[in-house]
Amino acid sequence: MSNADWRRPSPRLRRARHAEAAAGTVLAAVLAGVLAGLSSLAAAAIAVGCVLLAGVVADVVMQRRVGAWGYLEREDDLLVRRGLLVRRLSVVPYGRMQFIDVTAGPVERSFRLATVRLHTAAAASDARIPGLATEEAARLRDRLTELGEARAAGL
Amino acid sequence: MTHDDGWRRLHPLSPAVGTSRIVLALVVVFAPAFASGGDGGFYSSLSHLLVPVALVGLGVVSWLVTRWRIEGANLRIETGLLRRSSQRFPLSQVQAIDTVRPGLARVFGLSELRLRMGGTGGAARLAYLPSKQAEELRARLLALSRGAHEDTPEPREDVLVTVPVARVVGSLAFSGPALVLLAYGVAFAVGEVLGPDATRAVAGSAAAILIADAVALWRRFNRAYAATVAAAPEGLRIRSGLVETTAETIPTGRVQAVQLVEPFLWRPFGWCRVEVDVAGRIHDSGEKHRHERQLRPALPVGTRAEAELVLAQLVPGAPEPARRPPRRARWKSPLRYRRLSFGFDDRYAVATTGRLSRTESWVPLTKIQSLRRIQGPVQRRLRLATLHLDTAGKRVGAAFRDLDGEESIGELERLTELARAARRR
Repeated sequence: MSNADWRRPSPRLRRARHAEAAAGTVLAAVLAGVLAGLSSLAAAAIAVGCVLLAGVVADVVMQRRVGAWGYLEREDDLLVRRGLLVRRLSVVPYGRMQFIDVTAGPVERSFRLATVRLHTAAAASDARIPGLATEEAARLRDRLTELGEARAAGL
Repeated sequence: MTHDDGWRRLHPLSPAVGTSRIVLALVVVFAPAFASGGDGGFYSSLSHLLVPVALVGLGVVSWLVTRWRIEGANLRIETGLLRRSSQRFPLSQVQAIDTVRPGLARVFGLSELRLRMGGTGGAARLAYLPSKQAEELRARLLALSRGAHEDTPEPREDVLVTVPVARVVGSLAFSGPALVLLAYGVAFAVGEVLGPDATRAVAGSAAAILIADAVALWRRFNRAYAATVAAAPEGLRIRSGLVETTAETIPTGRVQAVQLVEPFLWRPFGWCRVEVDVAGRIHDSGEKHRHERQLRPALPVGTRAEAELVLAQLVPGAPEPARRPPRRARWKSPLRYRRLSFGFDDRYAVATTGRLSRTESWVPLTKIQSLRRIQGPVQRRLRLATLHLDTAGKRVGAAFRDLDGEESIGELERLTELARAARRR
């Protein structure tokens, strides 16, 4: 499990997260500004300032979380790790995969990204890889399906 | 009723039995209105009557359009008037077969057969069949699900444990719902002292909770009453019930996880509960939903020695949870620490945990779906990590809590290896 073999989400995920953070912050700032502006201009300025600061903090956290994602295809299983505060590492044997989801929300789509999610018979299994380039997501899906079929095991 | 093509119907009294509970509930709800002469007179009374009649009518229709037969290694059930559905249940995937007999069904000598399927296949229900036919069919289906010839006689069984009624009552007296009743008893007493207003306030808030509580207690009592655990070649057979009797068979090899719980209040008596998790979510309509979060107790209440007997059937030769997390884990889990332990060999993993009560869980390595290592912020400070072993069951998996962080990576690797080897065997 040396660090070098781990694959990362696409670098575009960082930009997507920046965009999400920016959009959210601007929206919140406008709202806060208008609401606080009803009482006084100074209040509006303070409110907007606070929201912008919070937005910057959120952006930094989101960026660092992007950095924590990683996955590793091994011979018999897929490893997925994530999380900064709570660090999680999942091991999902290929033979246990029931199906694979590839989803892309509006933001992800506009950055040509997709999320791959593995489902096993256990509800607690938690193997999700966000922000893969669409080609990589398709490759991973096909490969996992192939391996899953080859190594399928019953309940 | 038996046709040449093998199609069979359920028993003609099925609609009456099936709807009896809800009709009874409606009668209870509307009875006060009738007794007090009603608010509206004839038509509102009529509308009250219409609902039960319509329900029974629907039941009859559904009975008319339902039929079943065994096709090779499949059980096929056809039902539905407008939307015909034809369900095929492959018997090789049956996780467990239950016979359920509600009070009214017993009066008429009827039983319901439930086949729990793996995955999201849900459950096949045949409600209701004449009890004798249900028993025969159960034996036949079990034989088929084992791949044996369908006429193989049902093998003998050895009774392992029979739970005495006194112990059931005792166990319920020291359970959550009973404590709630006790709390309200005290509240009433205090209310009496304070005056009628206070009593009324308590009674008003209590009614709904008390009813729900009593129902829960009754259900547990009924489930545990005269519980008998027997070992049969195809698995563990569990019978219980006072009014509604159930007989379940848990085939060996379908067990996803086993749990032994020693509730805090039972400690002085040395009692414990053994719960079994099998694959498959039960999402049929009706009463089973309420049990969803509760696992089926293989042994509702028993002594440690009795539990060992049952466990020897469910997880034979399981290892002892001999290893312990490092001492610094006390800072992370002060209450749990003295109960934390774990162990595994090439077939089973076992872990213990619990703050007040003590829980010991076993997972066959062949049933592990995925493994997770989780390290929270406090754990990271203390260089600890938790390993989760996920299974396809409803609730139980085992978790090795608060292992040494470095060591846990090695254990994760080893468990992954062992689980893979176990699957290949």
